Amino acid sequence: MKLAYWMYAGPAHIGTLRIASSFKNVHAIMHAPLGDDYFNVMRSMLERERDYTPVTASIVDRHVLARGSQEKVVDNIVRKDREETPDLIVLTPTCTSSILQEDLANFVERAQLDAKGDVMLADVNHYRVNELQAADRTLQQIVQFYTEKARKKGDLPEGKTAQPSVNILGMSTLGFHNQHDCTELKRLMADLGIEVNEVIPEGASVHNLKNLSRAWFNLVPYRELGMMTAEYLQAEFGTPYVDITPMGVVETARCIRKIQELINAQGASVDYEEYINNQTLYVSQAAWFSRSIDCQNLTGKKAVVFGDNTHAAAMTKILAREMGIHVVLAGTYCKYDADWFKQEVSEYCDQVLVSDDHGAIADAIASIEPAAIFGTQMERHVGKRLNIPCGVIAAPIHIQNFPIGYKPFLGYEGTNQMADLVYNSFTLGMEDHLLEIFGGHDTKEVITKGISADSDLSWSKDAQAELNKVPGFVRGKVKRNTEKFARDRGFQEITLEVMYAAKESVGA
Amino acid sequence: MTVAQPEALTFECETGNYHTFCPISCVAWLYQKIEDSFFLVIGTKTCGYFLQNAMGVMIFAEPRYAMAELEEGDISAQLNDYDELKRLCLQIKRDRNPSVIVWIGTCTTEIIKMDLEGLAPKLEGEIGIPIVVARANGLDYAFTQGEDTVLAAMANRCPKEPEKDATTATSGDRNAIQKLLSFGKKNEDVTKEESEYVDHPPLVLFGSLPDPVVTNLSLELKKQGIKVSGWLPAKRYTELPVLEEGYYVSGVNPFLSRTATTLMRRRKCKLIGAPFPIGPDGTRAWIEKICSVFGIEPQGLDEREAQIWANLEDYLELIRGKSVFFMGDNLLEISLARFLIRCGMTCAEIGIPYMDKRYQKAELDLLEKTCHEMGVPAPKIMEKPDNYNQIQRIYELQPDLVITGMAHANPLEARGINTKWSVEFTFAQIHGFTNARDILELVTRPLRRNHNLKDLGWSNLVKEAKV
Repeated sequence: MKLAYWMYAGPAHIGTLRIASSFKNVHAIMHAPLGDDYFNVMRSMLERERDYTPVTASIVDRHVLARGSQEKVVDNIVRKDREETPDLIVLTPTCTSSILQEDLANFVERAQLDAKGDVMLADVNHYRVNELQAADRTLQQIVQFYTEKARKKGDLPEGKTAQPSVNILGMSTLGFHNQHDCTELKRLMADLGIEVNEVIPEGASVHNLKNLSRAWFNLVPYRELGMMTAEYLQAEFGTPYVDITPMGVVETARCIRKIQELINAQGASVDYEEYINNQTLYVSQAAWFSRSIDCQNLTGKKAVVFGDNTHAAAMTKILAREMGIHVVLAGTYCKYDADWFKQEVSEYCDQVLVSDDHGAIADAIASIEPAAIFGTQMERHVGKRLNIPCGVIAAPIHIQNFPIGYKPFLGYEGTNQMADLVYNSFTLGMEDHLLEIFGGHDTKEVITKGISADSDLSWSKDAQAELNKVPGFVRGKVKRNTEKFARDRGFQEITLEVMYAAKESVGA
Repeated sequence: MTVAQPEALTFECETGNYHTFCPISCVAWLYQKIEDSFFLVIGTKTCGYFLQNAMGVMIFAEPRYAMAELEEGDISAQLNDYDELKRLCLQIKRDRNPSVIVWIGTCTTEIIKMDLEGLAPKLEGEIGIPIVVARANGLDYAFTQGEDTVLAAMANRCPKEPEKDATTATSGDRNAIQKLLSFGKKNEDVTKEESEYVDHPPLVLFGSLPDPVVTNLSLELKKQGIKVSGWLPAKRYTELPVLEEGYYVSGVNPFLSRTATTLMRRRKCKLIGAPFPIGPDGTRAWIEKICSVFGIEPQGLDEREAQIWANLEDYLELIRGKSVFFMGDNLLEISLARFLIRCGMTCAEIGIPYMDKRYQKAELDLLEKTCHEMGVPAPKIMEKPDNYNQIQRIYELQPDLVITGMAHANPLEARGINTKWSVEFTFAQIHGFTNARDILELVTRPLRRNHNLKDLGWSNLVKEAKV
């Protein structure tokens, strides 16, 4: 047992649901007790999704516990098949079904007999893998399922596309800025003259999965999601993949050069150097920003970075290599993939921290006292407590991290966004100097005593106590409204009754 | 559309495929209510993920709750439950020193049959902190019923009268000291206050409400000369009310049927079955029922209720004649529907997770009476609803307002159907005369907002919508 207040990566089934609900016309059925369909709330709220989240539960209740699910799961699958005619139904185990050890594979087989669509069982073990690993595995599983199905039917397309083309793997729902990243990558590919063959799983149809083999190469922008699929496609069709995250000016260039190498090896003859040069020097503002005098003031400032592997590693390199910021500590919560992270960042920071205990990170931040933090929502709150600014660069995230405006982290527009994020996180350079010269802001002392200071009305002890229970941010308003009410009606003292009467009449 | 008006309420039951919060969510409001408590949820990452996301901002405020996250070794019994729990509880005692630790059993502890009720008394003796066990799991319960399981467990910990002065060794010490400290100055006030009350048997109210609402409801009863001897739960665990055989108890929320049963059967209290004090009509009926049990003629309730209704007129104008549909997820549905029908709305369907017809009898009777008096058809009460079927019915009925969970709210809004997020009703202050306005503030908000947008032609925002 572990005492835990907070977790960075969710349980396994969340990963599977993220993949299933990213595809078009794929439905997930969770084998779960009442209340475990919280995923629907998250998707509906965070993504502000207009459509119903295609996830339902086959409820595990007391009866299931006593006698097993029996026909329930099969019936639920067949019913959903009729109601929504999905292409695929993914039966999703949860922690509960892991310990019940029912033969879910058997349910899937039986349901497949009656269902028109495909049915499969997500191969994830709640106690062994987390959300990210499960998502990676489920995507690979679905791709493999449809590749094998197409092969059996003999309709796997032959050969590659005429022009160089790419599959973008790993864009998914509830992923950090995924939609914006996806648009930016498509734009980048268009600039490079590369056709986008398929983007999976977000917005993809399972019918198109058989076409994955037609791409010249696969691009896996995120370390956490898509690697298994890329490796599967390489083993199956010999398709090479690029796993360099195009985040930051240097890494974006490295990613493009790798793409150039791969497609030239397959008979294209492209030279992207001119494009990279032009983008770097004149289109993206990030290179110029790091040269400008503003960025000078950031030189040597201390920062702490924490997040998932992709974003924490890329951020560390951007800060250290492109902006001259001193990254004291870089950390990740992807413990299962810690070696990769250490290898990526070790030359760009003083210490590496691999932990999923938010207390350990908070302690490290407190002892380092950086000028800025780049982390998850948890680190943002640590920053608030310690009065250190924080830029959010990775999940777990809140609704404000699903901006409506265009905010990619990848590609050349991504470098601009990153520059803004970094710059706005640190106290502005000139302001910083002025504060030193003039001994800090003096605004904190200015406190408006408010209208209440010399009130003609007295508050009874009870009423005063009641007023103090009102949350601070509306207390002033309640107080003013109540006093106005009392004054209008000629009450001398404000008692509990007067307070309630005021509330009843004006909603104070 | 319905021409014939059915006389009685109809009850149906569907498949139970509906969305609601897991009952462990009750820790979020109970840890804030019971200030010296610590809630330990013994479950998996799934439970933790739900709490973390559902409680949003609260999680960062050093909450007095945590997960005892079960690992593979716990599931396969390679680790000893007792030793593991002891280690964690000692850690909690060291870091937080609470007056009570509440263990929340989950689906997993049910399935692996972890004997929490058996382990607790032993560990309690060893570490010197009371341990209360509540099985608030998704196998058996929905959302607010979690509070019911906790309060039912707490009901067994309420002191009996003989212990009141001497007080027991563990929970009483602090209590006794507090009484000593406050004794001198309060003595006069206490005797003076006593005379304001009618002589009636002790009354204890149950249900967790924010402190301002507790004060408010107590004051309403005080106006009738009724003294509230205590609340279950109180602000602190060490202040749990005395419960003696023959005490009267009354519930303030519709989802407290286990607590009511425990109070009647185990503590031999007498339950006053009344409608719940939600809306001015409910509050009035609640007070009247309590008065009638104590043989008191209620004073000034007519005018009080009329005054409240008069003050609500601006909101009533907005909803009169409009229809509402409850998808059902928190068990407040019957009371809210009854209030809204009194406000002039119609209601075709009240979805509800679980319907205790005995505990809610007075509320159901009032609903039926309200429908009759307002001349509207009685709603269909749908226990264990099926959300998919409900959505088909919503498309058919096109209600003016759907009260639903967040999973369906945005998709319905995108299809031009007004929604109100149901969870807000459990966190807002909705009890008593004073808070009636707050309920209508919530109910009318989507109507007011969408009224502002109605001329923009933006009501349907889904391509090829199924509506």
